Amino acid sequence: MALPPPPDCNVALAERVLTAFLREEAGKFGIDRAVLGLSGGVDSAVVLELAARAFGPERVLAVAMPYRTSNPVSLELARAAADHAGTRLEVVEITPMADAFIAAVPGLAEDDSRTGRLRQGNVMARCRMIVLYDRSAAAGALVLGTSNKTELLLGYGTIHGDLASAINPLGDLYKSQVFALARHLGVPAEIVARPPSADLWEGQTDEQELGFRYAEVDALLHRLVDRRRPRAALIADGFPAEFVDRIATRIRASQFKRRPPVIAKLAARTVNLDFRYARDWGV
Amino acid sequence: MDCLAALCQLRPALGDLERNLAAHLEWIDRAAEAGADLVLFPELSLTGYFLRDLVHDLALRPDDRRLRELIAASTERTLVFGLVEEGDDHRCYNSTVIAEGGEVRHVHRKVHLPDYGIFEEGRYFAAGDRFTTWRGRLGRFGVLCCEDAWHLDSGWLHFLQGADALLVPCASPARGVDTEGPELGSEAAWRTLTEALARFDQAWVLHCNRVGFEDGAMYWGASSVVSPFGERVAAAAGAEEELLLQRLDSDAVRRARLFAPLRRDARPDLVRRHLARLLEDPDALRAAGEDAAGEA
Repeated sequence: MALPPPPDCNVALAERVLTAFLREEAGKFGIDRAVLGLSGGVDSAVVLELAARAFGPERVLAVAMPYRTSNPVSLELARAAADHAGTRLEVVEITPMADAFIAAVPGLAEDDSRTGRLRQGNVMARCRMIVLYDRSAAAGALVLGTSNKTELLLGYGTIHGDLASAINPLGDLYKSQVFALARHLGVPAEIVARPPSADLWEGQTDEQELGFRYAEVDALLHRLVDRRRPRAALIADGFPAEFVDRIATRIRASQFKRRPPVIAKLAARTVNLDFRYARDWGV
Repeated sequence: MDCLAALCQLRPALGDLERNLAAHLEWIDRAAEAGADLVLFPELSLTGYFLRDLVHDLALRPDDRRLRELIAASTERTLVFGLVEEGDDHRCYNSTVIAEGGEVRHVHRKVHLPDYGIFEEGRYFAAGDRFTTWRGRLGRFGVLCCEDAWHLDSGWLHFLQGADALLVPCASPARGVDTEGPELGSEAAWRTLTEALARFDQAWVLHCNRVGFEDGAMYWGASSVVSPFGERVAAAAGAEEELLLQRLDSDAVRRARLFAPLRRDARPDLVRRHLARLLEDPDALRAAGEDAAGEA
């Protein structure tokens, strides 16, 4: 049985809402410029296009942060994305800082187990976060997030690493919708055509690592999360039961990545529990 | 009812009463320059919408001295604005105030407090308990504050009381980009709703929605005026600040009601009999549903 298609995206509307979002939410901080990490992938290229439209390309700083194992094609594509958006691109090699850390932790450099690779990948993601927040402070710019809804729901990201940002225009768009928006915004075709990858080691692709295709998981997530379809209905839609259960478990297991840390309640009003204010209250 | 209405599609600052008061006075000046007789602001226009614990910090009484200058601006025109009202017993209401002749004339406490999706009004506000139509210098008005309008009976109660215009202040967040067409899902829904409301109740519908973002949610604006024939005669361009002006004439209400005398033919007595029966015997509702299922 053929699976249902992934969700559509009204790209003109999404562009309008998201550029206004960037301008207004940053404007509340009194900030009219932005910085973001540009990987050579589709998500950050889309955020760059939106930011260039929202703030003007001269007020957006893109930072490419390759590690020595990163695919050189990624940097070329990052340059193409920055050229298309008309923004400045700074290249910051994270190899010296990441390797210094990895070398300082006994056994980490030699550990090529799954956990070892995960730890090394987290170090790289967090080095990039440090670079971006430092540039943000230096330039008086907000760090823009590039995690999409698929990644957020699956927990496919590093907490305090690529998941860290001040504002995120992509967090309510599934990966398939990001692709549609990328085509609408004119992101270079070679970026849109490239298989998504965290680029942590050679030949890595998201779909291979996750074990399913974005189109499939987006179709499922959209029905499960946005439409609240029950398990039996999803199976009747054509999704294998095992796939539905695996994704449902994954969403639950990664909830901690989507919430601030848990605080032990002692007093009458506890931050985030019953001391409740919008984040925008403070700006 | 012959008057020029000004719908102030503005961007309230969250929790900043002072700044919002100043903005209201500026918008009223602009509306006055255009010759407006009626100046309408969105829901919770003096406070912003996504208030949470700020509700208690911002609550005030309509006679609060901080409102004096704003209310004084109603000497020559009718003003409609939104605030958090603290009642005598310290319950807080999501209230819409009508001021005219330099005084507060009418307060509508929102009846239907949405408590689903991103909404949590029921946690913070007490619900109003009436839909009372108010007759002022310009005509007879009924207020439906945002969610109030989604309940068919709310508009109908104003209709029975002879409302010429339904004032619908809103803070409606944008949802739905997984659709085709030029509108957001929430925008399309409200267009249908306001047009139907005007047709059913044969009254002007003045839908004044806010703009701006709060915690990532966009208020989509697109305020509009719908005629008593259900025609959208004026609409703001979209999600930017805009002063929308539209002349309202009572002749339109008259023509609509002569064309189809819905008010004459309304049967509130019949509705009362049915309601009384249903309220006495709540199972009757469920039984009716089961019968229908049985026939299928």
